[in-house]
Amino acid sequence: MSAQFLYTITLIFFGAGALGAALLYTQGRYAHYWAHGFVMIASVSALLTGVSVLKQGVPVQFNLLPLKGITIPFLVSIDAFSAVFMMLIAVLTFCASWYGLAYMKHYEGRYSLARFGVWYAIFTASLVGVVSTQSIFTFLWWWEVMSLSSYFLVTYDYRDEKNMHAGTLYLVMTQIGTACIAAAMLLMALSTGALDFASIGSVSANLTGWFPHLVFALFLIGFGIKAGIIPLHVWLPEAHPAAPSHVSALMSGVMIKLAIYMLVRVMFEILPFFHLWWGIIIVIIGAVSALLGVLYALTEHDMKRLLAYHSVENIGIILLGVGSAVMFKSMGFDALALLALVAGVFHTVNHALFKSLLFLGSGAVFFKTHTRDIEKYGGLIKHMPWTAALFLVGAVAISGLPPFNGFASEWLTFQTMFAGVAVGLGMKVQFLWIGATVALALTSGLAAACFVKAFGVTFLGKPRTKEAKSATEVPFTMIGPMLVLAVLCLMFGVFASSSVIPYLSAVLQNFALATSITSWPTLASMPTPWAFELSNLWAFVILLALGVLTVLFVRVWGGKRKVTRNIPWDCGVDLTPRMEISASSFSRSLITMFKGILRPTKQTEIAYHDSEMRYFVSSHTVNLHLHDVYAVYLYRPISRFVLWGSGRVKRIQSGVLNAYILYIVIAVIILLVVALR
Amino acid sequence: MTTRILLTILQILMAPVIAPLCVGIIRKGKAFMQNRKGASIFQPYRDIAKLMHKDEVIAHEASWIFRAAPYIVFVATLSAAAAVPIISGVGTLWPLGDIVMVVYLLALATFFLALAGLDVGTAFGGTGASREMTMAALAEGGMMTVVLSVVTVAHSANITDITSIISQANFFTIAPLFLAFAAFIIVLLCENARYPFDNPATHLELTMIHEAMILEYSGKRLALMEWAASIKLFLFIALAINLFFPWGIATTLTFSALLVGIAVFAIKALVMLFVITFVESWMPKLRFFRLPDLLFTAIVMAAISILITVL
Repeated sequence: MSAQFLYTITLIFFGAGALGAALLYTQGRYAHYWAHGFVMIASVSALLTGVSVLKQGVPVQFNLLPLKGITIPFLVSIDAFSAVFMMLIAVLTFCASWYGLAYMKHYEGRYSLARFGVWYAIFTASLVGVVSTQSIFTFLWWWEVMSLSSYFLVTYDYRDEKNMHAGTLYLVMTQIGTACIAAAMLLMALSTGALDFASIGSVSANLTGWFPHLVFALFLIGFGIKAGIIPLHVWLPEAHPAAPSHVSALMSGVMIKLAIYMLVRVMFEILPFFHLWWGIIIVIIGAVSALLGVLYALTEHDMKRLLAYHSVENIGIILLGVGSAVMFKSMGFDALALLALVAGVFHTVNHALFKSLLFLGSGAVFFKTHTRDIEKYGGLIKHMPWTAALFLVGAVAISGLPPFNGFASEWLTFQTMFAGVAVGLGMKVQFLWIGATVALALTSGLAAACFVKAFGVTFLGKPRTKEAKSATEVPFTMIGPMLVLAVLCLMFGVFASSSVIPYLSAVLQNFALATSITSWPTLASMPTPWAFELSNLWAFVILLALGVLTVLFVRVWGGKRKVTRNIPWDCGVDLTPRMEISASSFSRSLITMFKGILRPTKQTEIAYHDSEMRYFVSSHTVNLHLHDVYAVYLYRPISRFVLWGSGRVKRIQSGVLNAYILYIVIAVIILLVVALR
Repeated sequence: MTTRILLTILQILMAPVIAPLCVGIIRKGKAFMQNRKGASIFQPYRDIAKLMHKDEVIAHEASWIFRAAPYIVFVATLSAAAAVPIISGVGTLWPLGDIVMVVYLLALATFFLALAGLDVGTAFGGTGASREMTMAALAEGGMMTVVLSVVTVAHSANITDITSIISQANFFTIAPLFLAFAAFIIVLLCENARYPFDNPATHLELTMIHEAMILEYSGKRLALMEWAASIKLFLFIALAINLFFPWGIATTLTFSALLVGIAVFAIKALVMLFVITFVESWMPKLRFFRLPDLLFTAIVMAAISILITVL
């Protein structure tokens, strides 16, 4: 079957899902199964589309709506780079929909499942749509559909005031982003006369002066908002927790990755200038986002906000790779540029896998305990063994530990920086890469600390609340998709060097660099040879083999010994869950160490039984918060300025009819003057 | 080929076999400094053997994480240790030679060590895990900066390559590495729970980090944890020696070269152990919130060493 046919039926399946759910509006449960079922079928067909494009080896291009009278054609264009992303989207959408079948029971009876189904099908269709076009109008259409449909998914639980607030913030931010992107694309179209990415790129080299820099800035802000770079990340920790968990998985796993996908297209296709400074800016943004993202994650004890801040962190790590690629390219090191770009894109794929897994895992816990506050969990590993084990896989992967996929791409990013420093490309960039290496190392260490906290406080120790004590394992419908993602996390780690990295480098070198680099990964083309090899597969094999040997060895040496269960050392009093370390106190020392950046605040309230003498305390409350620097120094001044400006403009709204007629007359005169001139 | 296979097996076995001796020597040295007689330097072996034959008591709350962690910690540390060249800079067949891999295998061990501390649900374990992860996160920054400085000099990220390149480089090429070495010593002390970061000989709640996490272990699992800790110490000593002062390491696979390698390594290891003993006996333990200063100093020193190299 041709890719064109497969793609068309993919969209038809998505459409059938949305339309059917809308028609079944009164039958909530059937609409829900209908929508999720069709999205699953559509994602299988999207996966096949990706496979068939990659098999053909040439980009697929056609007009989706070949009707007469439509002047702007609805162009579909899928090349190898978009096919890779389409397959990723397909796998994640499939897992999320499978999970959603059971998860949405949580909302049954309180909210309309049909409404959710409609927006869910539209949202997932738009994800596929965004990566399958290169015409700016079709792209902007899908991009805006994606933004709007995700707004309705974020505000699905609309009775919660906080969710509506999160939705509004998200909508405002994402519209600013779309405005920047649209402006940038239209400016490019205007100045080059072309309407698709490749033709814009082929003539954009003629542009000179400040114009390309302006377009770059607009693109960076626009896609930066969607990706969640600091300081444009404010919507992320609000919007991700508000949506149902499998939607958070898709938003964090796929939607923000599409901004990275587009940024790569912008840097290597639409604006192939490769200014050194553009790369430097991206790397700086990446390092700052990575480090600050993980520091903010440490302060969180709302599970989904914590995961959302880790998305900011990982976007930072990805940008280190992408920015370094631009820098290498600008200096003419194609092989190194490829290495850096593969590092960035590989981390994008990996983060999509383990972050979706973690969001689904946190959703499973939420499903049973009805709270997102990790201080209220504890000891869940005994009641939810599968969820715990799969969440652990995600936690190890995101902490960048071998042999999982997170390590593979962080390793590649490290090698990129090492190469950049070692081959000697000039003081300025070497300084930058040294700083970025330190930032990346600290980031991955802090991420490990944060996930020891997240996993340990949630699943280990004693249950802290009644809900945690009585939780049970979630049904297989929710375990299955997590299992698929966990296996993929392991596979992408173990087979990173033998299959994934060579494959990605083949795709990216045709797409982004248009040069064939045969000597990768030894990189003999460099000023000084640079040798390295990733041995993740070996790490996996050796850890397993040595593990078995150690167990046997210990058993043989010590013989069979009795293992008894008893209470741990309790200093003579009964141990209660209140004596366990809490999530806040776990990260308190790190927060104190980084207090210059995080600016924690502490409010203590003490109530006394005897208010005059103040000897007997009746209650003691401590509130730990962070000083919200972004709101105080960035967003509030902007919003104050906008309000001030609109207040000024409001003055012409007098409410007197005569005045409005005068405005119309003035406008007509101006138009006439302009037109007749 | 036979020589290379034998060398690889030797490489795997050397760390677990020699490591407890290092701990014994440090303890003996400290006893000497304190005017005590101290236990025999072979006491750590006897401890491990004794614990291997003991029954175990496990907390009610402990899950499979607690039971599996000692094995994971031991295996991860061991597979990292086998990657560090000890007596020969050539010829080993161990496939985990990448230095970033070694650092992250140790991080994997730390991760599970901290989880085991949290698993029993006591205040001790949790506090220990929190402190350990705090220190480990900052130490990882220091460690990777040190790694970058040696990689910058050697133009390779493979430990065996680094060792052979540095052992043949002239003095002025590797001179900046002395700063990185100082940074590495700080990281070594931190990662191995030594003074001024942690007191390996105490069970006081105010001071301990590492011991707090393994407080609930007994029997075989305690033996594995203690053993893994000593292997980690050995690994860091071997790294300190062969990344920064690899002179004398065997560069050909002849019997005499290997013998010289063993002798040279033994002498250098004794010097390193003496340095650690001296630091432990002479420095006070720092307050917990002073420790980041030390680790940031390590990062800065390593960064300066890189800058001197690339300028």
